[in-house]
Amino acid sequence: MSDMSRRRLLLGGAALGAGALLAGCTSNDTKDSEPQTNTKAGNAASEAPGKPVTIGFSAPAADHGWIGAITANAKAQAAKFSDVTLKAVDAGKDAPAQIAALETLIASKPDAIVLLPQDGAQLTTVGKKAMDAGIIVINLDREFSDAAASFCLIKGDNYGMGVAAGHYVGEKLKGKTDAVIGEIPGIDDLQLTKDRSKGFADTLKGYGLSVKHRVAAGFTVQSGQAAAANLLQAAPKLDAVWNHDDDQGVGVLAAIQQAGRKEFFLVGGAGSRDAMDHIKSGDTVLTATVTYPPSMASSAIILARLAAQGKGMGDLVELQVPKMIVLQSETITKDNVDKYLPLGFKS
Amino acid sequence: MSTTIEPPVDVHDRPRVTAQGFWQREGSDHAKRNLALIGVLLLLLIIGMFTRPDIFLSGSGLWQNEVVVLSQASSIGVITVGMTFVIIAGGIDLSVGAILALASVWCTTVATQSYGPAVMVFAALAVGALAGLVNGVLIAYGRLVAFIATLAMMVSARGLAQNISQSHTQITNDPFIRSLASDKILGVPYIVLIFLVVTALGWVLLNRTTFGRRTVAIGGNPEASRLAGINVRLQTMLLYVLSGLCCGIAAIMVVSQTWSGSNTNGEGYELSAIAAAIIGGTLLTGGRGTIVGSLLGVLIFSQITNLFIVNGLPLDIQRVINGGIIVVAVLVQQFRVGSFPFLKRTAAK
Repeated sequence: MSDMSRRRLLLGGAALGAGALLAGCTSNDTKDSEPQTNTKAGNAASEAPGKPVTIGFSAPAADHGWIGAITANAKAQAAKFSDVTLKAVDAGKDAPAQIAALETLIASKPDAIVLLPQDGAQLTTVGKKAMDAGIIVINLDREFSDAAASFCLIKGDNYGMGVAAGHYVGEKLKGKTDAVIGEIPGIDDLQLTKDRSKGFADTLKGYGLSVKHRVAAGFTVQSGQAAAANLLQAAPKLDAVWNHDDDQGVGVLAAIQQAGRKEFFLVGGAGSRDAMDHIKSGDTVLTATVTYPPSMASSAIILARLAAQGKGMGDLVELQVPKMIVLQSETITKDNVDKYLPLGFKS
Repeated sequence: MSTTIEPPVDVHDRPRVTAQGFWQREGSDHAKRNLALIGVLLLLLIIGMFTRPDIFLSGSGLWQNEVVVLSQASSIGVITVGMTFVIIAGGIDLSVGAILALASVWCTTVATQSYGPAVMVFAALAVGALAGLVNGVLIAYGRLVAFIATLAMMVSARGLAQNISQSHTQITNDPFIRSLASDKILGVPYIVLIFLVVTALGWVLLNRTTFGRRTVAIGGNPEASRLAGINVRLQTMLLYVLSGLCCGIAAIMVVSQTWSGSNTNGEGYELSAIAAAIIGGTLLTGGRGTIVGSLLGVLIFSQITNLFIVNGLPLDIQRVINGGIIVVAVLVQQFRVGSFPFLKRTAAK
């Protein structure tokens, strides 16, 4: 009997200890907790406090690094202004859920709404409704099907991303017409993926090159690993690979290392901190990445504040913010990576 | 509907002589099905030889390619072993992908990584087993339907994974964890070896232990099992713990393959594992199934994906083919257990 209870005590103790250990393992705090957000401070013209404004914000739930950085940037930038109150609403899992959340937001009458839609076309009517209610709508990244549904659009350049990657690969492989080029896009059904691939193919054509192996992943590390592992099998020898997304790029790099391949160079996309670190140290085949910066969310908050206060952009002549801003897709290599490091987002 | 227990009429209809050919003997049913699956696998390799002779007809090329196929099958394969046990016992586990994600995130947090690889491995296994235990208790003692209990776990485990990781990809630089996917013994990566060992252990557990016999028994007829003295509830609970533990093992494999834990890991694994078990001959209603069949099911799906990619074909068509394979496999399965009485009658003559 006492043997039994001793065993129980031991078991119970072990279970408790294991439980305590497990519970202690959920922390993600680092000692050097550098803020992983990109904000703009010290721009006198736009930062002088004006009339207090309330800005609503809605973006899809963060399920990967880039979207996570979008929300984090928006919140951090809003916190920089003493005259801005940010009302962030959860966009839910799909377009109908986001529409429902926005209806509530519109009813609370904010001065402006920064909106990254689940789907541009599906959210257009809500954008229009908000504009009709006198709310300034800043359309972030995914474009509405009707320009009247937003006051201002700020977005990245998907086609331009493909062009930038194409030029980088093209310059490096110039004259080598038998070069084998691989491409690992994200989710293939998305328009943004098609735009990126088209930009890449169009630009390569100018150099007499073309994509030989193309395997779609799904923006997740695991899909990136699987796609790259199989792609490397399909192509025993490669000269260059463009991976559309640095989030899935973690898996892509792992697969390349596991296969022990280093005869080609890899170009990334988006511009994560992890990718930039690899470019800087030169420890992998990743030699460049083309940006699609989530810092656009910070800029969108700045635009919303300016518009709601009736100001234009300080350095421009016009009295209003522009109708549309398309960000450049920049190429980050070892030569300029130091300049971009602060803009790298945590994947 | 269709279980191994035959209606009494059939027993009289069917000649019970044992001196029959291999193909007619009832006991060789599993062997026959597995041979058919091996045939499908060989067919896929032959297609490969015609479409990409440079890979499939060169010794080293074929070896390397099949190592990749096995590596890609390893994490889903381990999960399918656990899933096979659960389904044989008449249950279902929809939460495997989410538990994998949770375990992969839990074992790659900054805090866990600071304790070193041993704790990382322990955390993944413990989180998997604990999540499985919650499933098991809810189903066995809380009398929840397995579909509902594991559906709830599927949603909440992924949510918790998202909460812990804040949707970030948690990268690990631990050399031991990374070496599991990249280092090899005799050309075979460690994770493939783990996969094969787990499969072998699963086979032994199902076929050579009372645990395995009980699993089949409660899947065939839980009431009769209870009357025969089996603790059905305890057995049911343990099966979900087993499935959760397999998710923990698979989580370590995925972390070593991708160098990271992420709440997006293991997406769609529940359906892939169920599909692999089904084409391997496991009855969704319980009472019958084999580990070897499930293993072959996993390999077939992994080989098809590989075949499509090395031939540069779009993956949408592959989904259509995967769906077709499931339908054909189940149709064949129904034919075996006698859902087509008119066919049986002609066969008896």
